Amino acid sequence: MSVAESGHEFIDVEVIVNGRTVRSRVRARQHLADFLRQELELTGTHLGCEHGVCGACTVLIDGRTARGCLTLAAQAHGKRIETVEGLSGQGAFARLQDAFIGLNAAQCGFCTSGMLLTAYELVSEKVPRTRNEIRDYLSGNMCRCTGYHAIIDAVASVLAEVAPA
Amino acid sequence: MSEATTIGNVIGASIPRRELNRLVSGKGRYIDDIKLPRMLHLAYVRSPHPHARIKAISTEAALAAAGVEAVLTAAEINPMCQPLVGVAQHRPGHRSPPQKLLAEERALWQGQPVAAVVAATRAEAEDAAALVEIAWEPLEPVWLPHDALDARRPVVHPELGDNVAFDFSIEKGNAAKAFAEAAVIVGDDFRFERQQAMTLEARGLIADFNSADGTLTVHHAHQSPFQMQDLYSRHFDIPEHKVKVVAPDIGGGFGMKLNVYTEELAAVAASIRLGRPVKYCADRLEAFLGDAHARDHVMSARMAVSADGKITAMEVDDVGAVGAYGMPLRFNVAEGMMLITMCGAPYDFSDYKARTRSVYVNKNLIGMYRGVGMPFACILPEVLADRAANQLGIDPVEFRRRNFRRKETFPCLTPGGQRLQGLSLQASLDKLVVSMDYDALRAEQTELRKRSIYRGIGIATFLEQTAYGPPYYGPSGARISTQDGCHLRLEPSGTIRCVTSITDQGQGTLTGIAQIVADSVGVGYDDVGMIAGDSTISPYGGGAWASRGMMVGGEAALGAGRKLKANILALAGAITQTPLGDLDIVASQVVNTGTGMAVISLADVAKIGYFRQDTLPPKFDVQLSVTHSFVTGELCYIANGVQASYVELDPETGFIKMLGQWAVDDCGRIINPLLVNEQVRGGIGQGIGAVLYEECMYGPEGYLENGTMIDYLLPMAADLPDIVVEHVETPEASTDLGAKGIGEAGLIGAMGAVWVAVNDALAPFGTAITHQPFTPERVLDALAKSTRG
Amino acid sequence: MKAPNITYIRPCSLTEACHILAEHDDEAVPLAGGQSLLAALNLRLAAPKLLVDIGELQELRDSSFGSGDIRLGALTRHHELLDSDEVRRALPLLPRAAAFIGHAGIRNRGTLGGSLAFADPAAELPACAVALGATISIAGPGGARELAAADFFTGLMETALRPGELIAAVRFPAATQGTRYVIDELSRRHGDFAVAGLVIAAPMDGKRVGEARIVYFGCVDRAQVARQVSTALSGRELTQSTVEAVIDAVGEDLAPDDTPGWRAETKLRLARTLTRRALAQLTGAAA
Repeated sequence: MSVAESGHEFIDVEVIVNGRTVRSRVRARQHLADFLRQELELTGTHLGCEHGVCGACTVLIDGRTARGCLTLAAQAHGKRIETVEGLSGQGAFARLQDAFIGLNAAQCGFCTSGMLLTAYELVSEKVPRTRNEIRDYLSGNMCRCTGYHAIIDAVASVLAEVAPA
Repeated sequence: MSEATTIGNVIGASIPRRELNRLVSGKGRYIDDIKLPRMLHLAYVRSPHPHARIKAISTEAALAAAGVEAVLTAAEINPMCQPLVGVAQHRPGHRSPPQKLLAEERALWQGQPVAAVVAATRAEAEDAAALVEIAWEPLEPVWLPHDALDARRPVVHPELGDNVAFDFSIEKGNAAKAFAEAAVIVGDDFRFERQQAMTLEARGLIADFNSADGTLTVHHAHQSPFQMQDLYSRHFDIPEHKVKVVAPDIGGGFGMKLNVYTEELAAVAASIRLGRPVKYCADRLEAFLGDAHARDHVMSARMAVSADGKITAMEVDDVGAVGAYGMPLRFNVAEGMMLITMCGAPYDFSDYKARTRSVYVNKNLIGMYRGVGMPFACILPEVLADRAANQLGIDPVEFRRRNFRRKETFPCLTPGGQRLQGLSLQASLDKLVVSMDYDALRAEQTELRKRSIYRGIGIATFLEQTAYGPPYYGPSGARISTQDGCHLRLEPSGTIRCVTSITDQGQGTLTGIAQIVADSVGVGYDDVGMIAGDSTISPYGGGAWASRGMMVGGEAALGAGRKLKANILALAGAITQTPLGDLDIVASQVVNTGTGMAVISLADVAKIGYFRQDTLPPKFDVQLSVTHSFVTGELCYIANGVQASYVELDPETGFIKMLGQWAVDDCGRIINPLLVNEQVRGGIGQGIGAVLYEECMYGPEGYLENGTMIDYLLPMAADLPDIVVEHVETPEASTDLGAKGIGEAGLIGAMGAVWVAVNDALAPFGTAITHQPFTPERVLDALAKSTRG
Repeated sequence: MKAPNITYIRPCSLTEACHILAEHDDEAVPLAGGQSLLAALNLRLAAPKLLVDIGELQELRDSSFGSGDIRLGALTRHHELLDSDEVRRALPLLPRAAAFIGHAGIRNRGTLGGSLAFADPAAELPACAVALGATISIAGPGGARELAAADFFTGLMETALRPGELIAAVRFPAATQGTRYVIDELSRRHGDFAVAGLVIAAPMDGKRVGEARIVYFGCVDRAQVARQVSTALSGRELTQSTVEAVIDAVGEDLAPDDTPGWRAETKLRLARTLTRRALAQLTGAAA
């Protein structure tokens, strides 16, 4: 069989996105972030580099953070995807959002979705962390605006609530 | 500042930004989030060579590719647009050839756009771009600043004869004599590698030309929609009132999104030609190549000092490699000019000799990026002052105190030509020393040195030019407005709608302006709605650049607020038959100042003013919307600050760790401390990145060796320290608001402080580092030249 | 930076996956975690025609923790190395190595098999596999075979995998009592690829080092035992002269290239410094 016959250019996927089952036919080459942004018009997940460094495209796959640009839409078949739109306003995520607003831990907002998701994963572990440990954990999310200090303050404040040292 | 401008409750409060409600919820709307009907996508084919002749372009294969609508080259695009010339008319001898949109016979830098592929999707445009065949004849490039001055090296623009774009000198007093008589002379050569803003969101626009009525709408991630409205109108011959530029949410600007990009104009040309919306959103590879670059200078500088530690003179020679052309409008001689006009300005010396040359090289254009030349103006004197202090056995802090210009001497003119007044040099340094516990850090440093742990403390004082006025760009011929305006409308329900010409890419200027409007009218902050970013609906203005949002836009908002309040009170007085002098507006109520009682709500005033004019005295002039613009009279204003860095340097590996950063900033009156502090912190992050990490790397043949976020390093959360920010407030005397501007201060001061701190850490080894960024290898190389330790 | 046109298939079994990969050897690549492959695709640095998604094959998740060898399935994600109590007890080096890998989002997706097959010379796990004397279990169209990790990495980003072969699992000998492990690296930022790094597995008998395996990463072109360095350390007491002999041997084993921003001599210097510091840890550190 030729390569063209072995593989598929289009793949049928069934994905649970923010709690809703979505059935779609995706191109093999489309990454998950583009699937969310273009097919589902969930534009809260952003593209800063498309090579896995900046973290702006961070989403949750089966409850764990992942770079949306380093995951194919096809790989999301059968998985549970959560984005900022789905997590917004609930539980610990909402507390992070409030802390970000109150401490001005976001300026242009482009890194914020990804930053919140990574912070949410950390906070959800409910383990006390030092500021340096928070810094380490967030080191996969690039921010060019804030210098990170206010972000660390915001995450530390929420962590102190959910996991008092 | 007059007493009448002691304003109410909201100015000065740390109010969170309203925009964050959207931005933290993933509900921002950035340029790549916007879809228009029948929109096409553009990807560029770019020169892989820094200098090459284009012998042939074949677009057949690309045109046949799936989804492709057009493949456009210079032949189609360039005739549609007036060439751009990046020459400042008032700078004697400044020259640049005109720049056309796409490369014609030659490509002059690696990454220069050659062909535009327009397709149904971005992916298909990229597929087709790979199929465009270009026969290149590589030519010898010139890419280093001093090489550009070498007559044996290639000339980028043969018609110019050589590579010198601009050559400017300042000479005041008698520097030669001062150096001849100096007790101590310190000097060095300095190299600043090329850097870039690397906003997290790359540049982008959607150009939408409507061929039915000849209107052009451009959704543009740009800091000044007005600048672009003017440019598009003039360069594409479209009457200006038919051009609309609107900025969506923008993922970081920092001055980089202020520049003029031929590749952005070419996208507009594509839309005009195709009669459909064309989206060009640079991906990271394109952004690296196409974003205006910054820095790329070599300098030599020296400082003459007397035996009792007084700076008596400075000399500076600067060469800046500005790329292949002058930057249109945002002239790239600015970095060198700011260096030589501002160098050493905080210090009291009058003998000065400085020269800056901007040279053309086969690299991308240098443009505006936060701080521009002010970091250099801070770094050079601070590094040299520390050396002089060490040689003389004077504590570096004491050395600064001895040399700061005294308040009694203000206003004064520096040898670089900068007028100074209203600064808090001593007070800021005093505050910093306490904030960082300077003595304790020095003691710790001394103790740890005995255990072979090498820490460095660096303190750097800087001045920041803010809020340029008409004298800055006016004489240059650049159609850049330094005036901003504010349109206020009382809504029928009693709230306020504000349309400002100031733009906001995350700084929070819209919040600050809302605070000013709220206080000046007399309503709560939540009753003011902000609109910005549309070139057609606010007064014409400048947008966001050079730390001017509060200074200029805020002053306009203040004026508009007062006008609106006066009109509301006039109407309220007519309605309630009360003399104007007895009325005020407090918390959306018109109150009688004598009794303190509310007489009518703003909502009722508005209802009558809009719907019940029949109840008013005949011919009463209801004016419930006002417009006010403001422009300063000055070339610029000056803010000051001082920062400290505490670093640890590992002499075995050359690695540097940031341990702490402190800033004391005097930006005049602070409208919103929360937002101001975060501007400082963000700038500091970029400043630390610039000194330790960031570099566009060129190989031995002039080709780029990096090009992604993997190999252009920005500091992440673990690489930056906690940052303490404090303030001194010396209000700007010439305006009512008294704000001075803060946007660039963080970066400028941080670069100075880190430079000084790293060199302080190296001091025990009798060596210094003056080649930025301070990579571990450069640190090790500096240590290899060590004279002791 | 959209990936080029490509096709995709999700085989139902390991056998099917190997068959497809063998049939389309030059044009098909396996996709597991995708953290390296998809970046290369987006950057258009790689242009395979067919992606064979092996990321859900249960056969590649077969792990076992016996009293002898420990077997980790190829699809063991990096975060599992950090999170698993069993791994931490049986193979204490691995969680320490995993902590150096990228960031949470990368660790949640990247796999052990992927890291070894990709054979990035700056990666930690290939060096750990060699230092620990691991065995690679390989599945292929010709059947299953095993290969010592020490023989697996054959060149710059090259492995001994033949067309159609996949790493099925990695077998590690159980950690012996008294063996000390050190892993350290120098990188510009947390999570960046190492400029220089090393792994030491040193069985200790009091102050005497047994058969030590030292493996460098970052400043080398492949993961392999640094023979001269390991010999200089093995069978010796950890005295100052041993340390100096080991440091001297570094230059004999390592021949790095100049790369932008890092001259070869700088990398060697960093390797020596790391080695010195690692030996200091050996004298002080517990297993």
